[in-house]
Amino acid sequence: MANEVCFRNMDQDRPWLLEQYRSRGGYEVLTRILREKTPPESIINEVKASGLRGRGGAGFPTGLKWSFIARNAPGQKYVVCNSDEGEPGTFKDRDVLRYNPHQLIEGMVIAGYAIGATRGYNYIRGEFWEPYERFEAALEEARAAGFLGRDLMGSGFDFELHSHLGAGAYICGEETALLESIEGKKGQPRYKPPFPAHFGLYGQPTIINNTESLASIPVIMEKGGQWFKELGVENSGGSKLFSISGNIKNPGVFEIPLGTPFAELLEMAGGMKNGSKIKAVIPGGSSAPIIPGEQMMQLTMDYDAIAKAGSMLGSGAVIVLDDRNCMVKVLERMSYFYYEESCGQCTPCREGTGWLYRVVHRIETGHGRPEDLALLDDMTTKIAGRTICALGDAAAMPVQGMLKHFREEFEYHITHKRCLVS
Amino acid sequence: MSDDQMVTIQVDGRELKAKAGTLLIEVTDAAGINIPRFCYHKKLSIAANCRMCLVEVAKVPKPLPACATPVNEGMQVYTRSPLALAAQKGTMEFLLINHPLDCPICDQGGECELQDIALGYGNDASRFVEGKRVVPDRDIGPLIATDFTRCIHCTRCVRFGAEIAGIRELGATGRGEHMEIGTYIEKSVDSELSGNIIDICPVGSLTSKPFLYSARAWELVQRKSIAPHDSVGSSLNLHVRRNQVMRVHPRDNEAVNECWISDRDRFSYEGLYSADRLTRPLVKKSGNWVETDWQEALEAVAQGLKRARGTSGNRLGALLSPGATLEEFYLAQKLMRGLGSENIDFRLRQSDFRAEEPAYPWLGQTIAQLDELNAALLIGSNIRKEQPILGHRLRKAALTGAQISFINPLELELNYHATQLVNSPAGMISDLAAVAKALGGYGGLIDSAEVSDVHHRLAEQLRTAERATVLLGNIAVAHPDYALIQGLARIIAGNSGSLLGYLPEAANSVGGRLAGALPGNDGSNAQEMLSNPHKGYLLMGVEPGFDCWNPARAMETLGQAEFVAALSAFRSQSLEQVADVILPIAAFAETSGTYVNAQGEWQSFSGAVAPAGESRPAWKVLRVLGNLLDLPGFDQVSSEEILAEARQVAGDRKPDNSADGGVAYERLLAGVGLTRIGDVPIYALDPLVRRAASLQKTRDAIEASSRINAREAAMAGLADGDKVVVKQDKNSAKLRVVIDPTVPDGCVRIPAGLVGTDTLGGQIGDVTLEKA
Repeated sequence: MANEVCFRNMDQDRPWLLEQYRSRGGYEVLTRILREKTPPESIINEVKASGLRGRGGAGFPTGLKWSFIARNAPGQKYVVCNSDEGEPGTFKDRDVLRYNPHQLIEGMVIAGYAIGATRGYNYIRGEFWEPYERFEAALEEARAAGFLGRDLMGSGFDFELHSHLGAGAYICGEETALLESIEGKKGQPRYKPPFPAHFGLYGQPTIINNTESLASIPVIMEKGGQWFKELGVENSGGSKLFSISGNIKNPGVFEIPLGTPFAELLEMAGGMKNGSKIKAVIPGGSSAPIIPGEQMMQLTMDYDAIAKAGSMLGSGAVIVLDDRNCMVKVLERMSYFYYEESCGQCTPCREGTGWLYRVVHRIETGHGRPEDLALLDDMTTKIAGRTICALGDAAAMPVQGMLKHFREEFEYHITHKRCLVS
Repeated sequence: MSDDQMVTIQVDGRELKAKAGTLLIEVTDAAGINIPRFCYHKKLSIAANCRMCLVEVAKVPKPLPACATPVNEGMQVYTRSPLALAAQKGTMEFLLINHPLDCPICDQGGECELQDIALGYGNDASRFVEGKRVVPDRDIGPLIATDFTRCIHCTRCVRFGAEIAGIRELGATGRGEHMEIGTYIEKSVDSELSGNIIDICPVGSLTSKPFLYSARAWELVQRKSIAPHDSVGSSLNLHVRRNQVMRVHPRDNEAVNECWISDRDRFSYEGLYSADRLTRPLVKKSGNWVETDWQEALEAVAQGLKRARGTSGNRLGALLSPGATLEEFYLAQKLMRGLGSENIDFRLRQSDFRAEEPAYPWLGQTIAQLDELNAALLIGSNIRKEQPILGHRLRKAALTGAQISFINPLELELNYHATQLVNSPAGMISDLAAVAKALGGYGGLIDSAEVSDVHHRLAEQLRTAERATVLLGNIAVAHPDYALIQGLARIIAGNSGSLLGYLPEAANSVGGRLAGALPGNDGSNAQEMLSNPHKGYLLMGVEPGFDCWNPARAMETLGQAEFVAALSAFRSQSLEQVADVILPIAAFAETSGTYVNAQGEWQSFSGAVAPAGESRPAWKVLRVLGNLLDLPGFDQVSSEEILAEARQVAGDRKPDNSADGGVAYERLLAGVGLTRIGDVPIYALDPLVRRAASLQKTRDAIEASSRINAREAAMAGLADGDKVVVKQDKNSAKLRVVIDPTVPDGCVRIPAGLVGTDTLGGQIGDVTLEKA
């Protein structure tokens, strides 16, 4: 069972058009909610019942997040969609924006209705120019059709939605840095608490959810939370988009029920390229610790199974590596990314990411020292958990994962000044 | 949980009580438990970015920053547990990897927060073997030296700009380890409070430029003092080495200056060591100045005053600087009265004395109460530059919603939202009359006032506010119709239920009155003394070309005197032109004394260094003069003794703003042609600051110029940069034209107190411009 939620329209021709979306019952859930004046609590309860967990990477229960908002408190509230998809290996939200923008819009309007917000922003990654244009076009269609604007369908409920294009900083995918960026400030995460539910955009109560999470809402409201939940497995309700890439035949985005064996996903992606041997998998975006291939082949794709294996399901970005990859080189590339993308406000991350990269770089280029692995081990414990946002953890975890599973490659590099592989 | 609920927490096994929600670091600071920190500052917002104050909290797996963690009941905190120490030491290692090891040549060395904390939390050797980061320094002006390679990115300076100075002059650009502090575009940091970022910078990134590489922190002795310029009387620490003031720092005084000081108070000490410091007595012999000894000079003064006095003390006058100490004021007036003269004054920048003034004008409230205001109307005041700390207090009120408005002849560059009614000096009177009328005032010019919406709005803001004040500033005092302004202000304050307050011009404007340094019965005030030549004058701390309302007339009048004795800390061209003897006196920091600040607080201080050269504290000079003139009651051996005597004479006289003034005065300023606005720029206030070299290089130290708006310039056929001859009364000056949009129509701003405008007349009055 695939393509039930965000990709349920993938069989259509030009599925991003309003006409196509409506031909399959699009915006009917919203229309019903507005007509029947469905109590917001029941929407939130339905989302809770669905077991939907944040699809951006942290996996926080979406319904619970919504329930933190003081819905009836006076003042402006906001719905913000995080389409800043920047985690290396992740490219699923791009396809939601490209192929199913109306489902996202409908989800955001329902979210706004549920929490009493009349304004929403979709923060789109700076490099997503084409998806941005397509989403903008969908906004125009929705406005013209009366699904956005004042007094929607005579219900008295107003909702306006704007998209905002980022400028290329990975950190702006962190939800509070994203809010700062929308406000026109430098994208730097805020110290929490207070969380956005209390002090969000412009200091007002705000829910901020991932693109895929919000695009799942109309389906959950149409078919029921229980239906959604049963798509998946215990503690991992629903189906999920996985962006799979690496040394495989057909990289791409696949919607599969949570709990599907990894082996099946790999099969869907055409298996290993040129029949090479799987060496390792990064199961949830570059911040997730790496898992050896053999172990991965036994795992199912759900939150608990991956966590038990010492990694994270994260954003569902699966990077598959075959045995021709030098793990030192892989880590060097990843460490460079975090070094480049640290916002610079917290000391351990600002100084530590650069140091991590330099040490890995020196091992890769044959200048490693015997004490370097202990230094890396120690440094990661001083970055992880010591910073305002999770970028510090994200920089530390790949190093820890690599040194746990592929330490001998690093030792070989230091001793022999060259790669163990190739 | 209510906010004022008390909770009990345990820190390192010690039980502490605190209000629920208080930040942990505040609780531990109060209890004397030391948690290392860099980005936290009690007066700034929480950034939680340095990660130095991480501590362990029971039941929380990760260490938490004490600066951002509110306390709650039963919280158990460990500041030195293995987890906490590992976190703190980890952060320290990261801070040090890119920090240069240039402590031996760094001005912060010895008083550096990073150095201190590194001693406790750093390793003896670094594991970082890569090259260190180097960041180019930036020139951000004459006051602050930068060395951004040393920066640890705590962002205190950035938050200071945004939150305290009220201008975002510094910011952090770049990401990750490429993050840098800077001005983004090439520019100087110009806030009048900018020097405070030197103090809050925990490392040697921002240091004092005038002090750069001149002393080590451990060579300095710290002595307490009180700031000598505006009427705030900020608490200072003077840092002294080998009998020289090397630099000035604020001393915490929550009720006055909190932990800040203005740049004027911080950097004016440079004036003490200017080249024209007077160190030996001077006497004029056949038109030439000759250095002499005290004996001869003092006798010359005594003889000169006696001769000029002849048979009537009324032939003598004394003009005193409002920055003199209370003891100096007291002895000077005692000397004059001993000689039978009631002609004593320090109100040198006031021209209109028609109104019955309150006995002891003062702020009318405490300095801290300004924070709590709901509304304020400032009349003729550029408070931000006149009294920077009071400006900061008012800004705090504005940020919490107070409605602040101004009636001024210049549009001010403010750092908060306010209503500014900008009008010509004559128009200001009409505006005030209109506000008074809107508040139900009547009589005189109020009856004919035309009340517009904005007048109604200002009136309503004051009337409806719970705590409102009406404040009179320096430009009001210099107004030719100050009597009317005072009367109107009194009506506005009275009818709106606001407190009337004065913003005393100088450090001891309040003290001068309490010491009795004012004309007695039938005595002449400053303007009368400077308009009608007297036979003899005693000047103390005054440069007649710069410190008087009408410098041209002051010079002319003093020039006609038979004998002028001056007490001065500096050589001064205008003084030397009119004086016959100049006695060198101790300047700021060199004498003990007392200032009474705007809130009526007597603040005594000791001398921090010996007077320069052969100069002597003015009180000693006055006492000896009293002896030489055979006057009784000049036997004091210490300034404390004089203070005790002055206190006794002052009795229970308290600062008091009440007076019966009305508005039945004729308008002296017609304002038909072009009116000069002669404000005194922030760094032209007194002889000391005029000689502070670094302050004179700042953007606020504007040059003598003729500033008009584009409309007036077009009408007069003038362009920016043109030379014009300014004519005022029978005086003239050749000045450069500057197009300045802050000047209203019908006006030209020609600042006073500057070389180039000292040949002109009154600070506010009719002028004409002719293209040179």
